[in-house]
Amino acid sequence: MIASVFINAFRFIPDHASLLFHKGVGTVELAFAALGLAVALALPLGLWLGHKHRGLFLALALSNFGRALPSIVLIGFAILIFRFSLFGDCLVALVVIAIPPILTNSFFAVDGVDPDVVEAARGMGMKEAQILVRIELPLGLPLIVAGLRIAAVFVIATATIAGIVGGGGLGDIIANTPAYGDAGVLGASYCVAALALVTAGALSLLQRAAFRRMSPTT
Amino acid sequence: MSGLFLAKGGPVIPSFGKPDPCIKHQHWFCTSWVQKHWGDILQPALIQHIELSLLAVGIGFGIAFVMALIGFRFRVLDAPLGAFGDFLYALPSLSLFVILLPITGLTWTTIEIPLVAYTLFILYRNTISGLKAVPAEVLESARGMGLTRMQTFLRVELRLAVPTIIAGLRIATVSTISIGTIAAFLVADGLGKPIFDALEAPDIFKTELVAASALVVGLALVADGLLLLLQRALTPWGRIR
Repeated sequence: MIASVFINAFRFIPDHASLLFHKGVGTVELAFAALGLAVALALPLGLWLGHKHRGLFLALALSNFGRALPSIVLIGFAILIFRFSLFGDCLVALVVIAIPPILTNSFFAVDGVDPDVVEAARGMGMKEAQILVRIELPLGLPLIVAGLRIAAVFVIATATIAGIVGGGGLGDIIANTPAYGDAGVLGASYCVAALALVTAGALSLLQRAAFRRMSPTT
Repeated sequence: MSGLFLAKGGPVIPSFGKPDPCIKHQHWFCTSWVQKHWGDILQPALIQHIELSLLAVGIGFGIAFVMALIGFRFRVLDAPLGAFGDFLYALPSLSLFVILLPITGLTWTTIEIPLVAYTLFILYRNTISGLKAVPAEVLESARGMGLTRMQTFLRVELRLAVPTIIAGLRIATVSTISIGTIAAFLVADGLGKPIFDALEAPDIFKTELVAASALVVGLALVADGLLLLLQRALTPWGRIR
């Protein structure tokens, strides 16, 4: 009896492939636009603060606060404050959600690089920017990618939640049982879960590759 | 027509009194509303939220601790157990709540399973890395003092791991309090309920949104502070440094 609910939901996916694809593209667009913007803002700042070994308090406070603030609240406030369009408001909320893990991890990645290595590079006559790009960035890469993975997971989950308030994407289907039925809601949930798992899996592989390349034993 | 609605003594239509100007003009925060609805909306939601968060972190810690013991004793299982936590953490909360609904219905079980699942990732990682981080010299001297393997674990490794374990508990607790609000989309309990109610109201009811959000963040900060105090109490040697 219960099993049939899940089987119907699986059947919904091929039967409504074009609808799910269309809505899925909406979610992906929103999530990856937010992720891209967050990387552009938070990564350079995190790297620079880590290089200077400054702003530990900022990195910690931001990550704590980011965790405490529920995503649905952020979306609500973004809609109230900005009033661009629903896509724009949700985008801002998602960028705010993605910044803390990226900033914190890139800060600790660079901050934690062995000071002897940095000193040696400086002794070899490397400039500060070169040290950051050629020494600290590659050595901190595994941790940076880990932050990116957490941010991606947060953003995909929240992009779905944005659908509840009418932000489009697969969340639209999940929030609309009268129109799509239980099978549709469940089917869309499968798709969101699959999207998140594939993204997290890909970033995990990238993280492992970065770690293998940077480990001193090889 | 209006005569139909007028009885002898005046209008039969009940009088709701004068509308509160603050609510009528959609100000950001109306103290009058909070005072009026603290007892019937906010306080019950806050208590439910505390209960559902405590339950999730408690169960999650129990499971993660057993997982960490297994991973610590049988090191080959460490990576797969960690990957399992990663996998659970990657599942979006909303879809997990929705997928569980046909199985567990509109009950707290539907809320608790995802919340517990999300705590495992951080609690497992922190517990096992705390246990593994005990320096070899410390273990060597424990053995030199004649402690058995069990005594070493209970008196040395577990105690030295306390700060890392509590750091994990702090992160897990704050995230659980925050993610717990999403559960109200399906099961209308906890502080998520006033938040969703506020968002569904025409033009978003700001006061309710602000008040409920402040309670969520406040609760998270208080829980975080209490765990920090617990850590200080459990590791008196930490204060010397």
